[in-house]
Amino acid sequence: MKKTLKTTLAALIIAFAGLNVNGQKVKGSDSVLPLSQNEAQAYQKKGGNVSVTGGGSGVGIAALIDGTTDIAQSSRELKFSERAKLKSLKKDIKEVTIARDALTVIINPNNKVKKLTVEQLEKIFTGEITNWKQVGGDDMKIIVYCRESSSGTYEFFKEHVMNNKNYASSVLSLPATGAVVQSVKQTKGAIGYIGLAYVTEGIKEVEVMKDNKKFPIIRPLLYFYDVKNEKKVKPFIDFVLSSEGQNIVKQTGYLPVK
Amino acid sequence: MFIKRKYFFEYLWEGLLKISGGLTSVAILLIVIFLFSEGIGIFNNSAVEEGYSIIVGKDNDVENLSGEKIKDIFDQKIVSWKTLGTTIENHDSIMLLRLDDIASYVSENKIASDFSNLPQIIEQIMKDNPSVIGFLPSEYINKDSDYRILDLGKIKPKDFFFGKQWFPTAQPSPLFGVLPIVLGTLLVSLIAILIALPFGLAVAIYSAELASEKVAKLIRPVIELLAGIPSVVYGFFGLIVIVPLIQKLFNLDVGETALAGSIILAIMALPTIITIAQDAIMSTPRSMKEASLALGANKWQTIKKVIIPYSISGITAGVVLGIGRAIGETMAVLMVTGNAAVIPTTLLEPVRTIPATIAAELGEAPKGGAHYEALFALGCILFIFTLVINLIVEYISSKNKNKA
Repeated sequence: MKKTLKTTLAALIIAFAGLNVNGQKVKGSDSVLPLSQNEAQAYQKKGGNVSVTGGGSGVGIAALIDGTTDIAQSSRELKFSERAKLKSLKKDIKEVTIARDALTVIINPNNKVKKLTVEQLEKIFTGEITNWKQVGGDDMKIIVYCRESSSGTYEFFKEHVMNNKNYASSVLSLPATGAVVQSVKQTKGAIGYIGLAYVTEGIKEVEVMKDNKKFPIIRPLLYFYDVKNEKKVKPFIDFVLSSEGQNIVKQTGYLPVK
Repeated sequence: MFIKRKYFFEYLWEGLLKISGGLTSVAILLIVIFLFSEGIGIFNNSAVEEGYSIIVGKDNDVENLSGEKIKDIFDQKIVSWKTLGTTIENHDSIMLLRLDDIASYVSENKIASDFSNLPQIIEQIMKDNPSVIGFLPSEYINKDSDYRILDLGKIKPKDFFFGKQWFPTAQPSPLFGVLPIVLGTLLVSLIAILIALPFGLAVAIYSAELASEKVAKLIRPVIELLAGIPSVVYGFFGLIVIVPLIQKLFNLDVGETALAGSIILAIMALPTIITIAQDAIMSTPRSMKEASLALGANKWQTIKKVIIPYSISGITAGVVLGIGRAIGETMAVLMVTGNAAVIPTTLLEPVRTIPATIAAELGEAPKGGAHYEALFALGCILFIFTLVINLIVEYISSKNKNKA
């Protein structure tokens, strides 16, 4: 009994020690997290060693600045203040786009609206337009669903579509994308936004237009790393960008970059 | 020797119990102290986002901009300086200057790659455009420049407790008005109890007094089962079943309402109310019941005139504890109430509650920031609510003891 205990302990210690030898740490955005995990799993089968944690894009970038992670995963570009901070520390950071995530605007299938312009979307989400007849639909109230403010999607939509204006306080915020889908399914006047991977039956996608052209709401999913560390992280990033890695991107529900 | 060892173990047990009791009390005290020290910190935060400043032209004499006004300016709902009580010659419409906007004022290649000349550029922009209001990182702001830094002061208790807008991530000035959230919490919990009370009381009386032993034996485990279902499951049930039902029944645009939350909470508070009320009813002395029956009162009269008056404090305690259960419930409410932070006027509107707000937002709130501390302050408010509720229960049950 004691012997087995000892061997298990020893095995555990070796395993943990092994994790840190040549292991790379990836940290940051929760949107990128499932993708990085899948990539890391596949990479591990090939003998690599990557540990992935979430926490949010900002957390990952802060860790990269402090040097406590090798790769920061992020669903947004570097902020101005972050770039300024990196400059002052004389750190050179490289940015790699590993995949893209597309948001799609969804409504109830009974709604006859097919297209919305970006300006209309902005007004709907800031609460200026409140009835579907103002955008060419039936006379019914618009019910706006969005994600909680902790979600990266919330910020991205605000920056990309709403011109950095705040959401109306009357929008309904839901804790998960699945809940948004469910609510839009069962609410006639509903509108919401979800990642492309979540589109199912029972909801209708709206074409988003800008200047009479289709306006894709796409964000890059990024890896940042310190150029000094390039040798260490390059094999993993190359794997993610390889056709095998990009296949995993597709399977996870994002758009491949290659 | 044997006796001594026995005593030794007795002492040991006593000591262990003492230590664990003491540790638990200290831990609870520490948690409360931690909660309040973090929560009170909110009032030490500046009303402008940490590390940023708001600047206006030097001739602009605008004063006392509230956080809500600032938000409306940057949302372009207020577009003219005149509405804010200031006149700037020939330049009435407000222009915004955020870091991303700088490129629209000067061409991008004028900005040095390391941003070292930003302070000068900002100064030039402010000089050329007197109607600008800027929101910029403080490191690029010169204290003794040709523009004026607006001082919004700290977050005021008045704005926190009576503010009507909850925009914790708004830039440049986050709004922490908890009034809609507090009112939402109270509304949902109180209505839940109003729904649960008649049902709970009925079941308690039935299973304690009227039901045959067989039925009573069946009811009790079912009630206990009700208490054992995880709240997420209730929330899921509510989202899939109750929300569409309410939507159809009242012909509403949206089913995620305070009423949906109240119904779910009522179901969740039922076990608490039933078990405690049942115990109170069953503790009515047999002699009293029999005396009443012997005087010719029938079963219903006995229940109404003897049993309920006797056990009323126990029933009240059950109800108040039920409120406590409802007020702190998080997950189920988060899923069915729609979480819109508006002051509720009817039951058929979405509301946002305190626990749902904390659960949904704490994950992303940077530690030590204003948002983080605002959530702790919400926790303090919730703590005070439940403390008051517990004190009421304590008071009621002490009354009960005196009577017995």
